[in-house]
Amino acid sequence: MKVLNEMSVNFESRSVNEAFARTAAAAFAAQLDPTVAELNEIRTAVSEAVTNCVVHAYRDTIGIISMNIRIAEGNILIVKIRDRGCGIEDIPRAMEPLFTTSPEDERAGLGFAVMQSFTDKLTVRSKPGKGTTVTLEKRLSPRLSDV
Amino acid sequence: MLLKPKTMFDGKVLTVYLSGDIDHHSARRIREYTDALIGELKPVRLLLNYSAVSFMDSSGIGLIMGRYRMMKLYGGSVSVVSIPPALRKMMELSGLGCLDVLEGGNEENESA
Repeated sequence: MKVLNEMSVNFESRSVNEAFARTAAAAFAAQLDPTVAELNEIRTAVSEAVTNCVVHAYRDTIGIISMNIRIAEGNILIVKIRDRGCGIEDIPRAMEPLFTTSPEDERAGLGFAVMQSFTDKLTVRSKPGKGTTVTLEKRLSPRLSDV
Repeated sequence: MLLKPKTMFDGKVLTVYLSGDIDHHSARRIREYTDALIGELKPVRLLLNYSAVSFMDSSGIGLIMGRYRMMKLYGGSVSVVSIPPALRKMMELSGLGCLDVLEGGNEENESA
């Protein structure tokens, strides 16, 4: 897969940065000329991934979240969101819809389900005590501007 | 959402007009504000009007589920009205339809 463009940004796991992260991702993805619906799906999936870092990975602490976005040939957007937080003990269980470890914070337990249904491919790698990397892949519809 | 949401109360029905982005960051403030009003006014029905919501992630679902539980506790009900097309996919994915809280499209009586 040939990478045509790439950006990286690091930010602190403060909840106010959830909006920053999804807006930055959307701004970078804009060069692919996505539809309004696609842009909304990207923003939503990124918001879920970053919120997981804020709420779970760095629960009660502040750590660094790294977001790397690549644009690959074929109108493919690859978003990688990495934290050095607590990690996930049981990934399949964490990915079950409605499963949450934060019901008191009114988390719906839908984060991974939303990432899955709003993108084409979701990969989760995690090591307890080391951190988690979530990779979202989305192929955008070809537009007229493509030659 | 930086400002307090606009609200309306007719003695029975409390309507909360949400606006802007609903995410984990903004949901907390909306939750605290709405719950204080519910406690104070004891409405029999809570209407969450989503017409001016520009973005929502699953935090918006948690917000609805939490108010649903709270209103049940008081013997009341919750309805989500005027859901913009962009939020439909999220609402459908949530399974909230099973709780019968989602109301269709833009009802005329909600546009005021």
